Amino acid sequence: MTEMPKDYAAAKMGMWLFLFTEVLLFGGLFLLYAAYRHRYPVDFHNAHLSLDLVLGAANTVVLITSSLTVALAISALQRGRMRHCYLFLGGTVGLALLFLVNKYFEWSAKLHHGIYPGSEHLAHLPKAENLFFGLYFSMTGLHGVHVLVGAVVLSWVMFLIRRGRVTQAEYVTLENAGLYWHLVDLVWIYLFPLFYLIS
Amino acid sequence: MASDDARKNFLTDGTGLGSWVFSTDHKRIGLMYLALILLMFTAGMTLGFLMRLKLMTPGNTLLSPQTYNAVFTLHGVIMIFLVVIPSIPASFGNIMLPLQIGANDVSFPRLNNFSWWLYVIGAATALVSIFTGSGAPDTGWTFYVPFSSRTTTNVSIAVIAVFILGFSNILTGLNFITTIHRLRAPGLTWRKLPLFVWSLYATAWIQVLATPVLGITALLIFAERVLNMGLFDPTRGGDPLMYQHLFWIYSHPAVYIMILPAMGIVSDIIPVFARKKIFGYGMIAASSLAIAFAGSLVWAHHMFTSGMSDTAVLVFSLLTFIVAVPSAIKVFNWLSTLYKGSIAMEPPLLFTLGFIFMFSIGGLTGLVQGAAGADIHVHDTYFIVGHFHYVIFGGTGLGLFAAMHFWFPKVFGRMYSRGKAYLAFWLLLVGMNVLYFPMLILGLMGMPRRYYDYLPEYASWNMVSTFGSWFVVAGILLMFWNLYQGVRHGEPVGRNPWGAASLEWETASPPPTHNFPTEPVVTHGPYDFTPGTAHD
Amino acid sequence: MAHDSDAHVPHPLSYRLLVGIWAALMVLTALTVAVAQVDLGFLNIVAALGVASVKASLVVFVFMHLKYENRTLKAMVALAFVILAIFIGFTFWDVGLR
Ligand SMILES: [Cu+2]
Repeated sequence: MTEMPKDYAAAKMGMWLFLFTEVLLFGGLFLLYAAYRHRYPVDFHNAHLSLDLVLGAANTVVLITSSLTVALAISALQRGRMRHCYLFLGGTVGLALLFLVNKYFEWSAKLHHGIYPGSEHLAHLPKAENLFFGLYFSMTGLHGVHVLVGAVVLSWVMFLIRRGRVTQAEYVTLENAGLYWHLVDLVWIYLFPLFYLIS
Repeated sequence: MASDDARKNFLTDGTGLGSWVFSTDHKRIGLMYLALILLMFTAGMTLGFLMRLKLMTPGNTLLSPQTYNAVFTLHGVIMIFLVVIPSIPASFGNIMLPLQIGANDVSFPRLNNFSWWLYVIGAATALVSIFTGSGAPDTGWTFYVPFSSRTTTNVSIAVIAVFILGFSNILTGLNFITTIHRLRAPGLTWRKLPLFVWSLYATAWIQVLATPVLGITALLIFAERVLNMGLFDPTRGGDPLMYQHLFWIYSHPAVYIMILPAMGIVSDIIPVFARKKIFGYGMIAASSLAIAFAGSLVWAHHMFTSGMSDTAVLVFSLLTFIVAVPSAIKVFNWLSTLYKGSIAMEPPLLFTLGFIFMFSIGGLTGLVQGAAGADIHVHDTYFIVGHFHYVIFGGTGLGLFAAMHFWFPKVFGRMYSRGKAYLAFWLLLVGMNVLYFPMLILGLMGMPRRYYDYLPEYASWNMVSTFGSWFVVAGILLMFWNLYQGVRHGEPVGRNPWGAASLEWETASPPPTHNFPTEPVVTHGPYDFTPGTAHD
Repeated sequence: MAHDSDAHVPHPLSYRLLVGIWAALMVLTALTVAVAQVDLGFLNIVAALGVASVKASLVVFVFMHLKYENRTLKAMVALAFVILAIFIGFTFWDVGLR
């Protein structure tokens, strides 16, 4: 098998195209959210009161900070500051895990109160609150899967850096992993106000 | 693995199953796609043949109602997701795109192999859904809620198959966009790209931007069934029409994933056999992009009778008529290219003319449904079935067959029997019209689609339609046999038997593994026919 | 076979810039939480999405480096978001007017 020389611009373009598919994958859910919130504004407001604003805001801070650290890691790698790079990447993965731990507590609290898809409790609430929680679980669930995948990918790139497969000269793999991670942040930037801040 | 042996081409460079299924060579991947797609096509055709046989006479014959429901669902799922959507881009797109732009391969060869595997896994998952659980899916290929979230048949696995196949498709599109941007040979400017490449480019954007919506829709059906989410369940506040919106946001643009590449092939074939530069190159290229864009604005024309708002009916009806314009532009340009050309009626051109004929009927009957008023009469009748078979089988199908006859000598370095190709074509063309035109009439008479039985007054046209299906099957079998014979024993041909001017004809037939011995430099356009390029 | 004319030159962003953007994102997060506590009626959703979009632009243009990429890539990103807006917006021909 002959490896073609790495085409930096192609690798990056390919990654952006992949991100578009992610945007439109979430886009279908945002569309549903828009339609249902438009139809049931009051029920959405009432349902959102049971979400924990502090946890949501904390997770926002965590994700934005992790976006910073991954950007710093790329900058560090490009300058050949390897120790910084490991530190920032490790920090990013740590923050990703912190996010998931928060999410775990949030979800288990919901489950504890009998709020989960198809639950008895939801059946007794006004109908549209079921829609709110259906969307809440679908969207934060799909987002959570992306956080998990992102953490795995970033750990993998750390391993590649250690192995010398991703270097100061050949850093596009880290850049692309970073792009993916920023997208995860981007989705959350919209999820946070849409679920936790309904006036 | 690459060999300097001049006698080796991509077909003989490496033997054994592993050298094919793990190949990163775009030509091998394309050929494997083609083989699987034709296999799936044969399965889908058999199901369609069975349905026609059942519908030959009214009454409860041959298939039980539940079996009939499963058969039309499988026919739809197989034909749409496993045959027509991947058809031309995955097969000839893969084989020809790098050759036509003078590249060694696509931008991401290993990803290309991975998307082929996703196709295989998706197809296998679809098979699993048929033979496991409590019965094959019976929802129709559209998986409409609330039925799809409640039926006890194996819909959950089927939608997972759709999700996987969708991603296979997305990765192909992603690869093509990047390849076209990054790997064009020196001198090959955007204005010198073959029109097939332009059509693949427009298609690839639909694949990348619309298919994810299908992905999430399939996952939501899964969530409805397995997690009892209730997002489309009216008893829990959900709105089934939102499912229809999501489904058609993908599935209308998907129609252009199906037809645009076929249009690209037609645009490439006509100039070669008219020995004339394509008329209106810029207009054809631009209309591909225009169709791709405008095609994402019209999805709700599938929902005129669903109960959505009247304003939406009006807006989407208007927009639908606008999409017809770029398609018509293409037809006019093709005909203008033929006008006063020195025409060689070889099999590829004949299939191409068949495409134009069938596509025109399919396109015009589409406008009948695009008009909101007329649609109320024909909605969910056989008129629809007739219309989309004219477009998809008469259009995409004949486009694919035209490509098979056009690029056959390039891929295999041999020629099929022209006489048998002509015969197969006429069997197909006559068969298709006898099969599908009665459906248009039956639809206008009011016969609903997807029913396993019908009233006695529809009997005679149904009988005619079933006769037509026999001609179609005979034509397909003859064509396959002829091409198979050509692969085995066909007369060897040189690198450019048609005297075409685009880059893929400048390398050997079959092409060597790395396509071009030296990187080609492009100095002339893909339709500049000079005496020197003809028949060497 | 890549076009050599647009050969790639690395463009590392300074730590200072990145931290500055992070600080701006934090301020905007606080702002959106604060605004949500006041009842502005319809304007609440406008403010929430407006702030979110400013934050998103900061992430896309600086953290994701789009500001420094070529026009082709910028146009592609714009196209993806335009299509998303069409999908959601055109659905409201139905949902908003039923
Ligand atoms: Cu349509």
